[in-house]
Amino acid sequence: MTSALASVPAAAAAGSAIPATGVFEYAWLLIALPLAGAAVLLLAGRRSDAWGHWLGVLASGGAFVVGALLTVVMMGAPLEERVQDVHLFDWITAGAFDLAAGLRVDPLSLSFVLLVTFVGTLVHIYSVSYMEHDAHRRRFFAYLNLFIAAMLLLVLADSYVLLFVGWEGVGLASYLLIGFWNHEKPNAVAAKKAFVVNRVGDVGMLVAIMLLFAAFGATDFETVFSLADGANEALLTAAGLMLLLAACGKSAQFPLQSWLGDAMAGPTPVSALIHAATMVTAGVYLVVRSAPVYAGAPTALLVVAIVGAFTLLFGAVIGCAKDDIKKTLAASTMSQIGYMMLAAGLGPIGYAFAIFHLITHGFFKAGMFLGAGSVMHGMHNEVDMRRFGGLRRYMKITWITFAAGWLAILGIPPFSGFWSKDLIIESAFATASGEGWQPWVFGTVALLGAGITAFYMSRLFFMTFHGTQRWPGHRVSQTETVDEPVQDPHESPALMMWPMIILAVGSVALGGVLAFGNAFERWLDPVLGYTEHPDPVLPIPVIIGATLLLVLLGAFLAWRQYAAAPVAVVAPRGSVLTRAARRDLYQDEVNETLLMRPGQYLTRSLVFGDRQVVDGTFTGLARLVGGSGELVRKVQNGYVRSYASTMVAGVVVLTAVVLAFRI
Amino acid sequence: MTAQFVAPEIAWAQLLPVILVLGAGVVGVLVEAFAPQRLRRPLQLVLALGGTAAAIVAVAALWPQTVADGGTVVLGGSMVLDGPALALQGVVAALGLVGLLVIADRTETGEDAFAPSAAAVPGSDYEEVARRRGLAQTEIFPLVLFSLGGMMIFPAAGDLLTLFVALEVLSLPLYLLAGMARRRRLLSQEASLKYFMLGAFASAFFLFGAALLYGFAGSVRLSDITVAVGSVTGLDPLLIAGSVLVLVGLLFKVGAVPFHAWTPDVYQGSPTPITGFMAACTKIAAFGAMLRLVYVVMPGLEWDVMPVLWGVAALTMVVGTVAAIVQTDVKRMLGYSSVAHAGFILVGVVALTQSGITSVLFYLLVYGLATIGAFAVVALVREVNAGPGGAVVAEATHLSQWAGLGRRHPVLAGSFVLFLLSFAGIPLTAGFIGKFTVFSAAVEGGLWWLVVVGVLASAAAVFFYVRLVVLMFFTEPAGPDAPTTTVVRTDGLSQVAIGVAAVATVALGVVPGPVLDALGDVAVFIP
Repeated sequence: MTSALASVPAAAAAGSAIPATGVFEYAWLLIALPLAGAAVLLLAGRRSDAWGHWLGVLASGGAFVVGALLTVVMMGAPLEERVQDVHLFDWITAGAFDLAAGLRVDPLSLSFVLLVTFVGTLVHIYSVSYMEHDAHRRRFFAYLNLFIAAMLLLVLADSYVLLFVGWEGVGLASYLLIGFWNHEKPNAVAAKKAFVVNRVGDVGMLVAIMLLFAAFGATDFETVFSLADGANEALLTAAGLMLLLAACGKSAQFPLQSWLGDAMAGPTPVSALIHAATMVTAGVYLVVRSAPVYAGAPTALLVVAIVGAFTLLFGAVIGCAKDDIKKTLAASTMSQIGYMMLAAGLGPIGYAFAIFHLITHGFFKAGMFLGAGSVMHGMHNEVDMRRFGGLRRYMKITWITFAAGWLAILGIPPFSGFWSKDLIIESAFATASGEGWQPWVFGTVALLGAGITAFYMSRLFFMTFHGTQRWPGHRVSQTETVDEPVQDPHESPALMMWPMIILAVGSVALGGVLAFGNAFERWLDPVLGYTEHPDPVLPIPVIIGATLLLVLLGAFLAWRQYAAAPVAVVAPRGSVLTRAARRDLYQDEVNETLLMRPGQYLTRSLVFGDRQVVDGTFTGLARLVGGSGELVRKVQNGYVRSYASTMVAGVVVLTAVVLAFRI
Repeated sequence: MTAQFVAPEIAWAQLLPVILVLGAGVVGVLVEAFAPQRLRRPLQLVLALGGTAAAIVAVAALWPQTVADGGTVVLGGSMVLDGPALALQGVVAALGLVGLLVIADRTETGEDAFAPSAAAVPGSDYEEVARRRGLAQTEIFPLVLFSLGGMMIFPAAGDLLTLFVALEVLSLPLYLLAGMARRRRLLSQEASLKYFMLGAFASAFFLFGAALLYGFAGSVRLSDITVAVGSVTGLDPLLIAGSVLVLVGLLFKVGAVPFHAWTPDVYQGSPTPITGFMAACTKIAAFGAMLRLVYVVMPGLEWDVMPVLWGVAALTMVVGTVAAIVQTDVKRMLGYSSVAHAGFILVGVVALTQSGITSVLFYLLVYGLATIGAFAVVALVREVNAGPGGAVVAEATHLSQWAGLGRRHPVLAGSFVLFLLSFAGIPLTAGFIGKFTVFSAAVEGGLWWLVVVGVLASAAAVFFYVRLVVLMFFTEPAGPDAPTTTVVRTDGLSQVAIGVAAVATVALGVVPGPVLDALGDVAVFIP
């Protein structure tokens, strides 16, 4: 296939890591700094309450300085020395299996390092103020530092096993942070849901690791990637699909997307850092990093593109109906990661653009999440957009910074999102094979997605900052309850403002800077290889023109409905599609039917439980496992005679099986 | 033909680890009989801990020699002290030492986990008299030492008879120990009787299998049977049925499905320190013996007997995991979890590769550490009677009683979390490395589907471990505001044991290299 041919330079370039020298030998500091921060904050306990948050900021900032330094040195290094492996120590040695723990420092991992530490540090600073009144602020910063360390390990690992350590680590940190306000039950439930769904993805990861190990006898990138060239296609396809399953779990892609909306229960800075900028994009990283595996598995790559395209629309449709500002942003994140997955699924022509969009998205989406946090800060933690409106007069800076993010995600030139999203749409129209249904379908989906994105993001923007004010205080309404606090919207403190301003600057300018002379794509060349881009099936100006037209149309519709016309405080019943979208297109119901029910059924029929009353929920509420009660008593009833007969039956079966096999 | 008795050469040096432990046990019996009551406990402690520690030193001293020459056959072939045997003796002795710390620990009020006079019928007049007179026996120490001695012989046994004797030497004291709980004595005695009866039943299968194998090979020596597998023809049914029945005896000891039914009941009823000891050490010894049987005798039977073990491994993982999910008693839950772990270890046993031996040895070590640590924690968490100044009574084993424990006792709960994460196989704990090496070995051995079952089971198993974590850290205790659960203050031996287990669990997760290398050096059986 053409995609395989196009990746030849990629395989050649990616397979030649050199041992790290000079300043790169200190890359471990990137992980050690935040890890040390987390350890000190957790071990010092209450003693560090007074200064703990600043230590957290310092640890994250220190990692950024190291990352920036490495990047500067890397930029000065010759092209063939830009993929370096840092050996840390011999980790697992068991017989034929030998694995060293090491870091891979290359343009791809450094891009992530910069994104994670830069946005991470800003979120740390923002949280100093945002979490000021929380009694457990120090613990919050410990978890944030832990997250940064785990995320950096994930992107810097030089083998799938070490990557898996980081993968589990970010999962753990995310679990701790979503459930941070665990005294509220929904939060604890949301944390659990995120955990459960992620486990499904992790199984994919484990199976993929085992597959690669079984085939190549190693799990480090160097060996796997060099052997993947020319390996059995069926095997690579299976590994690619399993890696995709893992990516779907982490990146909230269909069909494992259900947890992201509920994860918004966590503190808003967490949503900005983990559920917008960094952790949820780990799936995209995994796919792009595994490019040599996918190079030999065009079918798996096609599935990646289909999953991405589907999620892109899925998330966008959900975003149109949500009234919760954070859940709308979450749906938008899901949809934007769909764009990245789609780009990654296009193969070598899309890898660099996936990462490019990932970086710009990290900036503008984190900026908007922090903006949403600022709005909530000024509005008594209200998240219902139907109870906002006209806030631009009270929160000038939040409004302006949010506008920068809004224009960026819409893809209005010259804002960041324009450069990255437009490249993805163009590439979607130019699938490597260059003909057939693929470019038309993927291109159209990407184009439509841009229009819908414009609609729901404008809806969010107008409902929050424009139109009539719909919050109590000046409004008289029969729906208002007596004890509802009177809102007094106000701008947030400087420590929250500055991170938003800096991210807004990134939302405005970063895309243009990185796109100038294809700088970012060339920067990734040592990892992904140089790729010629085939011409799209439509002329590029037509694509850009159509995109802008759809975007303006979407924004106009939103303006007409939510800024120019009054917005109801209570959501109208809406059409069938609206109601479905409000309920996340019934994903919970689907999950329940497909996964949970059979699971419960399996448990009931396999376990035969216990002679005691079985209570399944961890709050101690008794829950009877019905149905097979009689069978329960028959098997684990406490009588020695029935245990003994089970044994006899077992012996008879075993012997019979063996002798039967023999004959 | 007159058989002439040839006195076997006795290699005292090689037998030293076993002799030290059993010798300390014998002296312990004399102490129990002749020493005055107030001296008994300190003497027993010194003997038990000293004997076990000395055995570890002896193992360490024998190590370089064994690495160099692969080990020796001693006592005329009754025992084979090769690399795996020595490694298992070392692991059993080390975990036995940690386990003894937990067993010896006492609360502030001087109560250990055992009935002061276990021979008394619960609720009888004699028990009352003994209690008033302050009679207290310390026979648990010699009993544990005897059991430990049996466990050290078990993986080294070179013929079926020695194997059987070792099986009984390790089992009989355990049957007794299971019935000696200070609290909930009837439950404990029920556990003891069940364990004894089912154990005797399993021993009968084992013996019958041994007899069939003798019929097949004309010898009980494992090496002779190995030779006969390749040369004797026409007696295959004897060989195969015999192998299966001998394996059944061992599968019972490790608690593999369908021979696991005793596990939850016995684990729940036994004194908790004993539960930890037997969950860890018995399993190690039995898997050691199984390794020898599978790797020395059965390679020639790969397609006859091994499919059965594959099935048992898969079934054990699935049933253990699924059953653990619905448990409400922490000891039963850990019991089913140990069933599931038996399945994971079996995956490594059936791999039939060189790395399979190393991985099983390593897995046994990390599983044993986490198990002893976890049960030591369980032994410290107690119920408090209702009302002000309520007395501290039995262990709080119902899961709901663990709610919010992490907030009141973060360090203890934190180490418990560590053990649970290691059981669950989360990276950076020893359990992850253990699972990884075992599964890698099985993949190497071509047992693909078994690994997939294992991965799925371990993913599902995370649920019930994490449920407990959530319960301890994220849930408020239900019911009235006064906590009805507390952590008892003790002499501190348990805390030492928990600390050792926790540190080792982390260390083996982060830098398993040296230990894996060392185990890899000795992972060669000699026939």
